Amino acid sequence: MSNNIKNRIDKCFENLAENEKALITFITAGDPDLETTEKLALEMFDKGADIIELGVPFSDPIAEGPTIQKSSLNALKEGTTLDKIFESVKNLRAKTDKPLILMMYLNTIFVYGTEKFFNKCKEYGIDGVIVPDMPFEEREEIQGFADACGVHNINLVSPTSEQRVNMIASQSSGFLYVVSSTGVTGTRSNFNTDFDSLFSLVNNAKKCPACVGFGISNPEQAGKMSKYCDGVIVGSAIVNIVDKYGKDSIEKVGEFVKSLKDAIR
Amino acid sequence: MSKIGRFGDFGGQYVPETVMNAVHELEQAYDKYKDDEQFNAELATLYKEYANRPSLLYYAERMTKDLGGAKIYLKREDLNHTGAHKINNCLGQVLLAKKMGKKRVIAETGAGQHGVATATVCALMGLECEVYMGAEDCKRQSLNVYRMNLLGAKVTPVNSGTATLKDAINEAMRDWCSNIDTTFYCIGSTMGPHPYPTMVRDFQKIISKEIKEQIMQKEGRLPDCVVACVGGGSNAMGAFYNFIEDKSVRLVGAEAAGEGVDTDKRHAATMARGTLGIFHGMKSIFLQNEYGQIDPVYSISAGLDYPGVGPEHAHLREIGRAEYVSITDKQAVNAFEYLSKIEGIIPAIESSHAVAAAMEIAPTMSKDQIMVINISGRGDKDVYSVAKYKGVEIDEQ
Repeated sequence: MSNNIKNRIDKCFENLAENEKALITFITAGDPDLETTEKLALEMFDKGADIIELGVPFSDPIAEGPTIQKSSLNALKEGTTLDKIFESVKNLRAKTDKPLILMMYLNTIFVYGTEKFFNKCKEYGIDGVIVPDMPFEEREEIQGFADACGVHNINLVSPTSEQRVNMIASQSSGFLYVVSSTGVTGTRSNFNTDFDSLFSLVNNAKKCPACVGFGISNPEQAGKMSKYCDGVIVGSAIVNIVDKYGKDSIEKVGEFVKSLKDAIR
Repeated sequence: MSKIGRFGDFGGQYVPETVMNAVHELEQAYDKYKDDEQFNAELATLYKEYANRPSLLYYAERMTKDLGGAKIYLKREDLNHTGAHKINNCLGQVLLAKKMGKKRVIAETGAGQHGVATATVCALMGLECEVYMGAEDCKRQSLNVYRMNLLGAKVTPVNSGTATLKDAINEAMRDWCSNIDTTFYCIGSTMGPHPYPTMVRDFQKIISKEIKEQIMQKEGRLPDCVVACVGGGSNAMGAFYNFIEDKSVRLVGAEAAGEGVDTDKRHAATMARGTLGIFHGMKSIFLQNEYGQIDPVYSISAGLDYPGVGPEHAHLREIGRAEYVSITDKQAVNAFEYLSKIEGIIPAIESSHAVAAAMEIAPTMSKDQIMVINISGRGDKDVYSVAKYKGVEIDEQ
């Protein structure tokens, strides 16, 4: 492992029952507004989410499909900023001690000030960051600051990583984000990836749990995917519900999250 | 360069993991072919026989006399096949794509010039071509959309974000992530992740190589000043590159100030108003807010309408080797008309920004000094939008 960080993420995986897989859910912070984001986060934890990723909206999210692009734009129109998201994290921390992750583009961290950003993560209780446009080779942009603040920099591997999987997986902490297929985020009806060969690379090298995401959109897919890994990540399918029901999406999202968790226990 | 793909601290390779192997594959292929005799011979033949190189270096006598300062030469990239410098880069990249065994080429385009050049070379080499173009730009440059279709390319309008060049790049990058095995992404400027800024510059540096040879032949000495317009910065890098070590040559880039650098997001003056950021694969200067959200930008020129600048330009400015000025729509349109009337050459509205900068600088220089303006493209495509700007109705039939 590249560091000795032990925070809520590590404890979460340690506390899973035998055969139980972690459910990691994603919502865009500030869509439709931050008040709803806080309610959604608490509801998802209540209904079985083990870790929540809050997406920090960015003007140009190159790794996202149409669903999260739209959601990101909604949040920005609503006036969502990183400082306001930190305030919401503070509110959430008064009510939950479960792991919270920020998923965001590198420019958001860099322009905010990398050191200031990770100090705030530490202060407000953020456990990890996922930066989809920062490959392993450029991780020095944030790694030192993240380590110093006890925040996991969650690395990603994809079906195209091939010989890179070993390098990345062997130096990952928190969990390893295994991208299910090439392309961008969004729901998929089927996957063309050879998961047996991808996960044999991952499992040979991994030093932390591996979770699979991108395109998982229903309990059946979550159940199938969970066989390969330590957790599944669901984003666009939840964001779609939020898009459809807005502020009234809390209960609907809760039901969906429960159905996902039930499929991977 | 301190690290691979870096110009000082600028540049780098900030792309999603999914495309990292593709970026490395491209890097290796480029490293292999850039010094390959056969590749370079093929490219040289294409430049000469297909693209009409070398482009002329023309002494603008009437303009020189009128401005009353430096002796002005125009580097006529507008005379290239497809009407702009973009073909230099596309011939290089698409030839490389073919050598790499790629079947499909994608590109982004702003004004449409890079899209047309990519579609042209794909037609020449028999490759499938898809061009992403902001929906707004499709409207502004409908003639170029038709040209691309005529050349057999599929043009996909991009409606996300501001529906302009940066969004077309976002969408091309998403396509690349999705079709990584079959697809070559032909980036049109000296931007994006390494190796693009270096590779595109290398395919464009023939501009300054030729200027140097031509001016030595005509004047027996180096120019005192080279002026080029800068969006992402490919024609300027091409025009500057072989003069970087010649410290006596002043290098001036002209960026787009739109309605003015002090207006609220009604300009694309990255050098004047931008700050350090990491976007579109590179660390460079960008127009953005205090939270790193990329600004919508504006310019009458769809080719300079980009909220960032290539990393090598950011570096050249930082080390004080090149200087950058901001030219408004009004100045550019004035220069567009000026060059048309005084030399009978209609420059692209992008290149008109360089002409406008030259019109400011030339009179401050002495008569025994020499200035070269890179006329990166021809202005036929801009006649309609300039007429509209001037309030003139043109019957398009």
